[in-house]
Amino acid sequence: MNTLLIPLLVAIPLGGAFFIPLVSRKVRVLADIIGNLATLSVLVIAVLLFQVRTVYSIGGWNASVGITWVLDGFSNLMLVIICLISFVATLFSSQYMERYTAKYKFYSLFLLMVAGMNGVVMTGDMFNLFVFLEIASVASYALVAFGGNHEELEAAFKYLVLASIGSTLVLFGIAFIYGATGYLNMASISQAIRTGPRTPILTLAVVFFTVGFGIKAALVPFHPWLPDAHPSAPAPISAMLSGVLIKALGIYALTRVLFNVIGITPIYGAVLITIGALSMVVGVFLAVGQWDFKRLLAYHSISQMGYVVLGIGLGGYILASGGKQSAAMLAILGGIFHLANHSVFKSLLFLVSGSIEYSTGTRQLKEMGGLLEKMPLTRATCTIASLSIAGVPPFNGFWSKLIIIMAAFQGGYPWLAALTILVSFVTLLSFIKVLRYAFLGHLPESLKAVRESPALMSIALVVLAIFCTCMGLLLIPGAREMILDPAVGALANGVGYAQAVLALR
Amino acid sequence: MVYALCFVLFVIGLYCTLTKKNIVKIVIGLTIMEYAVNLFLVLLGYRKDGVAPIVEEGAGPLEFLARSVDPLPQALVVTSIVIGLGVTTLAIALCVRLYEKYGTFDISEIRRLKG
Amino acid sequence: MNGMTVIVKTVTRWLKVFIFLYGIYIIITGHLAPGGGFAGGVIIACSYMLLTLAYGKEFTLKRLSLRAGHHLDSSGALLFLVVALFGLGSGGIFFANVLQNRYPGAKFTLLSSGTILISNIAIGLKVAASLFLIFIILSVLRIVLVEDGSQKMIQEEEEE
Repeated sequence: MNTLLIPLLVAIPLGGAFFIPLVSRKVRVLADIIGNLATLSVLVIAVLLFQVRTVYSIGGWNASVGITWVLDGFSNLMLVIICLISFVATLFSSQYMERYTAKYKFYSLFLLMVAGMNGVVMTGDMFNLFVFLEIASVASYALVAFGGNHEELEAAFKYLVLASIGSTLVLFGIAFIYGATGYLNMASISQAIRTGPRTPILTLAVVFFTVGFGIKAALVPFHPWLPDAHPSAPAPISAMLSGVLIKALGIYALTRVLFNVIGITPIYGAVLITIGALSMVVGVFLAVGQWDFKRLLAYHSISQMGYVVLGIGLGGYILASGGKQSAAMLAILGGIFHLANHSVFKSLLFLVSGSIEYSTGTRQLKEMGGLLEKMPLTRATCTIASLSIAGVPPFNGFWSKLIIIMAAFQGGYPWLAALTILVSFVTLLSFIKVLRYAFLGHLPESLKAVRESPALMSIALVVLAIFCTCMGLLLIPGAREMILDPAVGALANGVGYAQAVLALR
Repeated sequence: MVYALCFVLFVIGLYCTLTKKNIVKIVIGLTIMEYAVNLFLVLLGYRKDGVAPIVEEGAGPLEFLARSVDPLPQALVVTSIVIGLGVTTLAIALCVRLYEKYGTFDISEIRRLKG
Repeated sequence: MNGMTVIVKTVTRWLKVFIFLYGIYIIITGHLAPGGGFAGGVIIACSYMLLTLAYGKEFTLKRLSLRAGHHLDSSGALLFLVVALFGLGSGGIFFANVLQNRYPGAKFTLLSSGTILISNIAIGLKVAASLFLIFIILSVLRIVLVEDGSQKMIQEEEEE
């Protein structure tokens, strides 16, 4: 019975995306209803499937010929994150998007993007990965340009050009892999690589994958599109882009290919650590000086993605160079847990910025002030999210950062731990600035009439804030074995992925 | 050798994308890159004196396998062409809109976003 | 926009039907010969593009309005999804070729492939409608000469 549900994860958003323009041109409210129902049902399915580990062959074709979808610990975790954030974002957008015309087009593109991301994290086939990657990317280009003003168009064009270069590089890498091994199925590729000789072509493919997925994930040498594209999109879309898109298309795909398909080596691990540390530092120092709220958040996304890549890369490095197994597991756990946490608090922050923009009409921190009494709920959720991202104890960001720091110490890299702590302090500094300028101080004349954001938007904020507060609980023994450890196991298994998948077939 | 030519074509596209100032030329550069990869994929499946991979009446599967070129890259290329079409269309639509807003195709004059 | 000369118009009037039919032929024999949904859809869209070039946009839009195009576009995609879900519903496998399994047709005939034929038709519908829409929507822009001699693009009317 459960396997029947797997295709629905892609089919429901796709069906919704094409059904909405058919019916909701006349009856506007249908777009809201269908959009929210689609994301809600996908969320329910993702939760139902959480414990399922299986390989699903599309069309009943044998895996060596056809396309397979693989559900393992990491995919399941990503699916739940994607579906949760997209449901909250649709909840938020049903009122927020009133200001834009053609709301049904928005939902249509949104659901396409969700379908693409779900596909990316489920697929076990290289070319299928590329197709879903492009579905999600193309929808996101259009969504960045959705406002249709000067800045949006410019940002979307920049994003489109850079991300298309990334996709082309990914396709080139896939072509190399196919040329070298003759397979497109990830498990078969992995097996062929393990048994066959390691040719230089594989290294070239890895370079292409790293650059291609690195562009999608906005890791530092490839980041310039992100601080333009993420703030320009409407707030729910910024939340989706920053919260899940760069993770699903960038980090997930990169780690899946490097760890499970090609197999991590110390060199790849070192590259990941370098990129991660660089993103962490550069992102945060660029963020401190920003006065545009959303732009500041976008730079912090780069920095926080650095944490994730650093954690996962450190784990891979220790694993591949034969270091302490427990430290490696801990580092990967930190990376993945931070990925989950970041998607929650960063989408919450972007939704808060959308809520403030909805009420005050501005994104400039200097023009705000004194919103404390006017928007108590927004203020409370914003404080929670800010403390989370800065890593203040009870909230989720603290735990994942702590794990990464502990892993760095255990693995014998205290300077990485020091760097992590330093970046964490700068993050705290910049969010104190946000709280100080947006909510304290005196209220400017122009903002006297500001009111709290509407009900549905507030509900979305509160849901995410609850997650922010409670996700630290995932680390208590029972929950950790159930939710986080399978994901870590899937990555740490390395090329053992091939056996695991072939056994499930 | 032939593969190297694909790579050269790819680099030409990349150069065009990264150095040209006119946004339409940038889109052309993207398209050249796409097609370099497509060409590479098709060449991967090529075999000397191969026939088109279409099963005809009376031909057995083994005979077919012995003679035809690899059909899989061709399927991939068709898909990738369709995706390329989508991306190019979106890019062109953005160019049109940008021209409408800014009155120019020059990328160095389209820079409102800073920081 | 009154279109081109009478020669072009006459030739177009004769050709358009054949191009359209050829597109349909390519779609429905997609599983037997080179071609298929995408190629056939492009050819069908080309017949409409030819009509637009020869007669002008208004003439074409009278035949196939933007709204109808949008609807065809969406229904093509939905039909494809329905084929996939039909496999899921009756066999438990997404994209299962149910028709082929139940009623295996004779090889190398039109009905030999089960749901692939329906999928091809759906793709053809989708591609034809999309390409037609892209062409029409991008053709709302025209380059005209303004007074100082420079070229300028104007937008003729709001796109849908």
